[in-house]
Amino acid sequence: MMFTEADIVALFVTVKLAFISTLILLLFGTPFAWWLSRSKWRFKFLIEAIVALPLVLPPTVLGFYLLIGLSPSGPIGTLSSSVGIGSLAFTFPGLVIGSVLYSMPFVVQPLQDGFRNVGVSRLEAASVLGASPLDRFFTVAVPLARPAFVTASVLGFAHTLGEFGVVLMIGGNIPGETQVVSIAIYDHVEMLDYNKAHLLSGVLLLLSFLILTLVYRNRGFKVVAS
Amino acid sequence: MSISARFDIYRGRFSLGVDIAIPESGITGLFGPSGCGKTTLLRAIAGLDHFPKGHLRIGDQIWQDTATFIPTHKRMVGYIFQKSNLFTHLTVKNNLNYGLSRVPKGHGLSMGTIIDLLGISGLMDQYPATLSGGEQQRVAIARAILASPRLLLMDEPLASLDLDRKLEIIPYIEVLNRDLRMPIIYVSHDRDEIARLADHLLLMDDGKIISSGPIADVLTRVELPLAQGAEAESIIRAKVRDYDSKYQLTILESSFGRVLVPGKKLEVGRDVRLRIPARDVSLTLAHQTDTSILNIFSTTVDQVFGENTPEVMVKVKAGDTAILARITRRSADNLKLKPGMKIFAQTKSVAVLA
Repeated sequence: MMFTEADIVALFVTVKLAFISTLILLLFGTPFAWWLSRSKWRFKFLIEAIVALPLVLPPTVLGFYLLIGLSPSGPIGTLSSSVGIGSLAFTFPGLVIGSVLYSMPFVVQPLQDGFRNVGVSRLEAASVLGASPLDRFFTVAVPLARPAFVTASVLGFAHTLGEFGVVLMIGGNIPGETQVVSIAIYDHVEMLDYNKAHLLSGVLLLLSFLILTLVYRNRGFKVVAS
Repeated sequence: MSISARFDIYRGRFSLGVDIAIPESGITGLFGPSGCGKTTLLRAIAGLDHFPKGHLRIGDQIWQDTATFIPTHKRMVGYIFQKSNLFTHLTVKNNLNYGLSRVPKGHGLSMGTIIDLLGISGLMDQYPATLSGGEQQRVAIARAILASPRLLLMDEPLASLDLDRKLEIIPYIEVLNRDLRMPIIYVSHDRDEIARLADHLLLMDDGKIISSGPIADVLTRVELPLAQGAEAESIIRAKVRDYDSKYQLTILESSFGRVLVPGKKLEVGRDVRLRIPARDVSLTLAHQTDTSILNIFSTTVDQVFGENTPEVMVKVKAGDTAILARITRRSADNLKLKPGMKIFAQTKSVAVLA
């Protein structure tokens, strides 16, 4: 029993998608989560509700709106066409956009909690010691929120790994481009090829379990750091 | 370098209006009940909160006026919080380096000197979580001083510690005050800390400064609430002269003359503060010789305060210094106390604050 070449490519696409999405989420999610944790804006809860939407929304709903948005006449599609990239639906970059939105709460929420736990007092201590706002963000807030960064990265990665509905709606099923493992498994089952489905499912099961072990072990040193 | 601060702060029902000048050296105690605005004032001075109506000058530098607001991290101000607020992800050494590496060299005191001064040399490679509360606060103090502040603000630095830890830290703060000529504002609502540490006193109540001056003066202003309760006390300065080993008495010299205190073998020549509770001072017209009281001072009545109360507060002076005596109104009438009158003050207890 061996992986087919298509399965290996699907695995590779999946991991690449999860990796790039997590990276983008960390990059943009960190300042965003920082703002959410510090802002006293009275309508902040609206933004927080929007961030949490993917937690409750069926992925197909999110995927459907994304499909509309990415289509040549949709807002994102119009924009991407005008800069000459063309429509992003059924492309890998389109999948990345979908994954970033879909996994956003899994990255932003732990970071927001992490930053809130850092509190203001140690940042004030840093400012009287001569650290500028950016300086104390990088030398105090980020290191003290390190467990939150681990949790956010791992959850963001794992959640993108298991993505199905959004990909189904906007990714299509193009091997080597947009075919991810979860879709490949679906295909195998549809063809009644249970052996291949078993193999891929097993890989995903193992990978997810390993990743979650990381998260829960990480909870241990969270206590020490705060 | 003098420091002047003026703030008008309104926040909901709380208002604070102060205009103060702080001496360039020594510890200025900011004393008052909880909620009177001490921390608000300190945070405004540090720039941690920005209140638009304020004027703050440190020597020739304006930290705040209508056009200027220097952010905290450019003020070179030290702030000791109630909690140590050490960076838990850094070792003690790196905590100390945090401020040191971010400011230009100031007082030129080396890391070694400060570490020795605060007795933390054995802790350098440890993480804050492994230190006791007292050790953490000493590290926090060292960290603040190493950043060469032009002004050190201490906001109830001992409030979160138990009595033993407080007694452990107080001597270090005394040494700091003696060895570094750095102005310190020390906030507390604890009378003992203030009596022991403050050279000057700002008395605060309900967002206002109600009195200020050298501590010995302020404590003996009979009209202030401070001098009215059973807790009223006086502080006088004295120098250790000798030790009577036969009777185990320390002999000190003060502006009231010779003072004898049981026990306390201290090095000769050392300057100390003596605390005299007003309720332990009695007054007599004639110099008693057949008495167990050791310390009898020749003084002049300065003020008698209290009219329809069973007890009155009498302020007596020797030269420029004063102490308070709390006696019954009946005794005051019997003695016919009047300002200018010569009287002997007998002090039943004198405590050395060292």
